Amino acid sequence: MDKIKLTIDGKEVSGLRGQTIMEVARDNGIDIPHLCYHPKLSKTGACRLCLVRIDGKMLKTSCTELAGDGMSVITEDEALRNIRKWLLGLLLMEGDHNCLYCDADGDCELQRYAKIYNVEKTDEDFPRNPREVDYVTSNAIKRNENRCILCGRCIRACKEIQVSNVWGFTERGSQTHLIADDDRKIGESSCVKCGTCVQLCPTGALTFQTVSGKGLNWELKKESSICIYCGVGCKIDFYTNEEGVLVKAIGNDDGPNKGHLCVKGRFGFDFVQSPKRLTKPLMKKDGEFVEVGWKEALDFVAGRMRAVKEKDGPDAIAALSSAKCTNEENYLMQKFMRAVIGSNNVDHCARL
Amino acid sequence: MIGSNTTENHPVMGSMIKNEVINQQKRLIVIDPRRIELARYADYYFPIKPGTNIAILNGFMHVIVKEGLYDKAFVENRTEGFEDLKKTLEKYTPAYVADICGLDNPDDIVAAARLMASLKPMALYYSMGITQFVSGVNGVKSTANLQMMLGNMGVEGGGVNPLRGQNNVQGACDMGALPATYPAYQPVASEDNKKKFEDAWSVKNLSVKPGLTLMEMMNAAHAGGVKAMYIMGENPVMSDPNQQHVIEALDNLELLVVQDIFLTETAQHAHVVLPSCAFLEKEGTATNTERRVQPMHRVLKPGRLIKDDWWITMQIANRMGADWDYEDAKDIFKEIRKVTPSYAGITYKRIENELIQWPCPTKEHPGTKVLHREAFSRGKGLFTAIEYTPPFEETDREFPLILTTGRILQQFHTGSMSRNSRVLEETAPEGFVEVNPNDAGNLDVADGELVSVSTRRGSIRVKARVVERIKPNAVFIPFHFYESCANRLTVDCLDPVCKIPEYKVCACRVEKIVA
Ligand code: SF4
Ligand code: SF4
Ligand code: SF4
Repeated sequence: MDKIKLTIDGKEVSGLRGQTIMEVARDNGIDIPHLCYHPKLSKTGACRLCLVRIDGKMLKTSCTELAGDGMSVITEDEALRNIRKWLLGLLLMEGDHNCLYCDADGDCELQRYAKIYNVEKTDEDFPRNPREVDYVTSNAIKRNENRCILCGRCIRACKEIQVSNVWGFTERGSQTHLIADDDRKIGESSCVKCGTCVQLCPTGALTFQTVSGKGLNWELKKESSICIYCGVGCKIDFYTNEEGVLVKAIGNDDGPNKGHLCVKGRFGFDFVQSPKRLTKPLMKKDGEFVEVGWKEALDFVAGRMRAVKEKDGPDAIAALSSAKCTNEENYLMQKFMRAVIGSNNVDHCARL
Repeated sequence: MIGSNTTENHPVMGSMIKNEVINQQKRLIVIDPRRIELARYADYYFPIKPGTNIAILNGFMHVIVKEGLYDKAFVENRTEGFEDLKKTLEKYTPAYVADICGLDNPDDIVAAARLMASLKPMALYYSMGITQFVSGVNGVKSTANLQMMLGNMGVEGGGVNPLRGQNNVQGACDMGALPATYPAYQPVASEDNKKKFEDAWSVKNLSVKPGLTLMEMMNAAHAGGVKAMYIMGENPVMSDPNQQHVIEALDNLELLVVQDIFLTETAQHAHVVLPSCAFLEKEGTATNTERRVQPMHRVLKPGRLIKDDWWITMQIANRMGADWDYEDAKDIFKEIRKVTPSYAGITYKRIENELIQWPCPTKEHPGTKVLHREAFSRGKGLFTAIEYTPPFEETDREFPLILTTGRILQQFHTGSMSRNSRVLEETAPEGFVEVNPNDAGNLDVADGELVSVSTRRGSIRVKARVVERIKPNAVFIPFHFYESCANRLTVDCLDPVCKIPEYKVCACRVEKIVA
């Protein structure tokens, strides 16, 4: 591919022909403010926040404008700064952005830019259209359109990543708003609850039902693991709060899933902290389970297995390993059966 | 796509496929008895009768051979056995195949075969809709026949791609949790391998006799040959066919140890139940369906008396004379790398930032994206001439419908995880049986009505869903729900080679419940 050279904010950078200015900037660690742009989605240039100045003159949206060889790009100057402030101010006025009541507080791109550009909501009388608030129809997704900035990321997420085409814009101008399917409540639509639109929504307009009341975004801890539900092996960032309770699952961009999840990977993990979990070893005595200590349980198991092995030989013992356990655990189970018991009677449910 | 309801069972993969087809204009052929979501976007969709995969695959190949559309260079240089296959294919004319498969339009078989041959490479995906039959192994071989004939092997975007149903089926197999193979599929029935592992593990007298498969274990337990069973994280009472037989087998044991996170249906029959960590409480690795080895981290702290599965196994081993001293999962992985050539170059450090696919023999090796690039494991690819054979249980007057089973999007397997997760359980709280409107009309059954479904093995009550998406003369039941347990109905006959049970077809009867 063709290499090109350009300068961004006076710094010499290189990129590939066909890349947008935004893409070249990101590859070189330069952050250009944006809201409707997302690296995983097609580009629309709708929010105008990513305007840059090219060759000292023209203003262009950097998410759609192709980078050219020899170009000189300025990502921010006095005029651009003022435009950004003005755009952000409009967005704040148009909606109802009270972060106090919003689950996205601390994890909101609009909030972040409002702080960076020191923008406040000014005109209280700005004409606002009443918009849809739906916290009840879906058990997965909460929707508050008063926080929607019409960036269209949810539409593209559902169309291009999940490929279910649930969301769409309807009407025009200041009346523009989002609808699910042919104008249904989200809980009554064809939504399959994959949560991708929520993950990519830059504001609190779309949030997960399951996070409310589980703590502040900036206090959450993040750790990755691999989904247990199928062989795609999606990589997931799990967020836990200070009490160690699981709050949400976000698709990790570096996994084979490239950030996407399905309903199971998104909402399927309550079971880990279910009160029905086993907490102590159990042994059946007189037909009833009683709780016992680990030592008693393990001594009993090993003693009985040894007795069976001596009486009936190693092949009278069999083990089932598990496709839901780790490689290490499966390895150890087969080693146990082969090296300690002396039998190859080990299998798992690959065939089921 | 054959025998894979991808958008429900491997949804993220399903979306990737939808994206290719809908947004990138790739072509799609879908073969499945149920009109699954992907069928909507397919250029050709074949609603075949359950259990007739081999017939339709042979039908495609018949056309490809007859019209000379196969990849002659590939067949010549990289394969053998083509002539035998060719002979077998002769009788699989489109008309003959359409008759077996219950299809109305034989011409579509011709058209789809031509489409396959005209676009290269073609990727073939399958799942349990190919394997869960007495003829499962042959079904898989047939897919390989087709792809070799088209020269679609060993190239990116081609291949025969099985979609694994559980997150670490691939890894469990790689690790040798199979009765006939050590880690990395090294056969146990080999003196060399015996020696190798005796040295690696510092033990003597490893057995060269392949062990019992899951279903054979259950039969042996039933008959009394197997006396003790140690089950880690599986729930055979729910997942195995012919539930009654499994329960009797387990109750017949002198010792049943179950290690799990819940008191599952299986654990209730145990003598000892050992509480183990759930996956979010563990560290370790898992290998996905594309052979990628990925790290799992400890996200949640386990309860005070809940232990890692490997720790429990080690404690039992040490009480029986071993002297294992693994500190953590990483210690075990180091040993895995020594005895598993395909994992030798994979380290915990590397997989933090790299998506490595095995084989990866050295630390410098980048991993292997496409298998069989230059040659197949055995050298030349072998065509196997395969005849279509009907499923074990055919329908008759008493049991006139074909029952097929599977999963749905919001639930998983035996339900012990998904049914304990609120959003999933609320979204899909109960079992159902899908019945075609034609059959429903004949049976006088309405949508949502409770019906009874019976087979030679048992009978359950479940709500009917009257839908076009299931073929006439067939019904579908998901197997996640203990209240309406599909495996009380399924047949436990096995594929003679790989011993997979035939979950996907048996004969059944649906009846209106008259109060
Ligand atoms: S949750 Fe998934 S399916 Fe539902 S609207 Fe969002 S992206 Fe679409
Ligand atoms: S709901 Fe979110 S993602 Fe969708 S248009 Fe509004 S702000 Fe953008
Ligand atoms: S998130 Fe969905 S597609 Fe991904 S591994 Fe989990 S179950 Fe499979």
